[in-house]
Amino acid sequence: MAELNTGDSGGKKGSGKVRSKKQNSKVDLTAMVDLAFLLITFFMLTTTLSKPQSMNLGLPDKDPDKDKNKDVKVDENRTMTILLGDNNKLVRYVGLLATPVSGGAPKDFAYGSDGIRKELVSRKEAVLQYTGNKDKGMIVIIKPSKKSNYRNLVDILDEMAIVNVPTYAIVNDFTPEETKLLGENAAPAAVPNP
Amino acid sequence: MAIKMKKKSTSTDMTAMCDVAFLLLTFFILTATAKVPEVLPVDTPASTVQTKLPEKDLATLTIGGGKVFFDVKGKEVRKKTLELMSAKYSVTFSEEDQDKFASMESFGVPIQSLKQVLDAKPSERKNILQPGIPKDSLDNQLADWIQNARLANIEVQDKELEIAIKGDAKEEYPVIRKVMDILQDQKINNFSLVTGLRGKEK
Repeated sequence: MAELNTGDSGGKKGSGKVRSKKQNSKVDLTAMVDLAFLLITFFMLTTTLSKPQSMNLGLPDKDPDKDKNKDVKVDENRTMTILLGDNNKLVRYVGLLATPVSGGAPKDFAYGSDGIRKELVSRKEAVLQYTGNKDKGMIVIIKPSKKSNYRNLVDILDEMAIVNVPTYAIVNDFTPEETKLLGENAAPAAVPNP
Repeated sequence: MAIKMKKKSTSTDMTAMCDVAFLLLTFFILTATAKVPEVLPVDTPASTVQTKLPEKDLATLTIGGGKVFFDVKGKEVRKKTLELMSAKYSVTFSEEDQDKFASMESFGVPIQSLKQVLDAKPSERKNILQPGIPKDSLDNQLADWIQNARLANIEVQDKELEIAIKGDAKEEYPVIRKVMDILQDQKINNFSLVTGLRGKEK
């Protein structure tokens, strides 16, 4: 109490004067500032991060008049067709289904960096070497089947963005052979390899 | 003789810093908008694309469980859209209903039963079973909502409306395709797919 901050209290012992303690007017604001900055950080991060991400998708023009929809002919050596099936199944072939280019026979792939992405990257290189023209890159045709789900579609579109495939399209027409391909390959895939 | 160093105080004056900190805090609290509960919760698939959705001039089509919900940003645009829709389907809405609609979030009912949803309290709207907006060829209200929202947006904001599809990851493709077809029938060939954020892959 008074003993602490009064140097002369000893001399005026008998005076009887009651001295009120001199209060320090400074408050320690450190904790308050800490708290304020913590909250600032929280609000800053939540306001900017809460905006949802989005992926842009452009589709080709669709003419209601069927006859006007011209089929575009492309070099089969540049195309890769990706079929999306149920249970996250993915089959791809390169070139035409009946006559695939070497190494491009229909094959199952997994989603993600170890599966289809490696294949996409290597095919992209191969196509560029084949055409020798930077403007004529790989063309990927994505065919989601009726059983495939939305996550598959977004995943494969995301792969297109990651690998930077110059041209890709979503096609909804399935030939009977392609439907068979998705159905047929499902059986051996279930059997574990020895 | 020993030189005495002046003892410096270690405590700094925090007052100014505290002022600034709280000023910023107030700013961020006021600009932050409270997250409104979604009527149709969907689990969006993740992607690595980093583009953000625009804040306005945006219509969101939420697809989940085979149902489609519709939402437009901007109060004025919403009012105008409802006006156009009520004229088309000859369902009248009172002034009060229009205000409620303007401040509402996404909805998924046929326009004939929209009034029931509007009459309910905002907290109770979640409990009303919303069957989704009809989108088959006989009663394609979804196409009309989109069309009228575009018209309204051009009239109010003088800008083309952007469309975003927010689909559930497990949604089957035919439903998505159906919605994309509706969009393409209106010559909307460019739209966004709402996705979640995926962390960096190893």
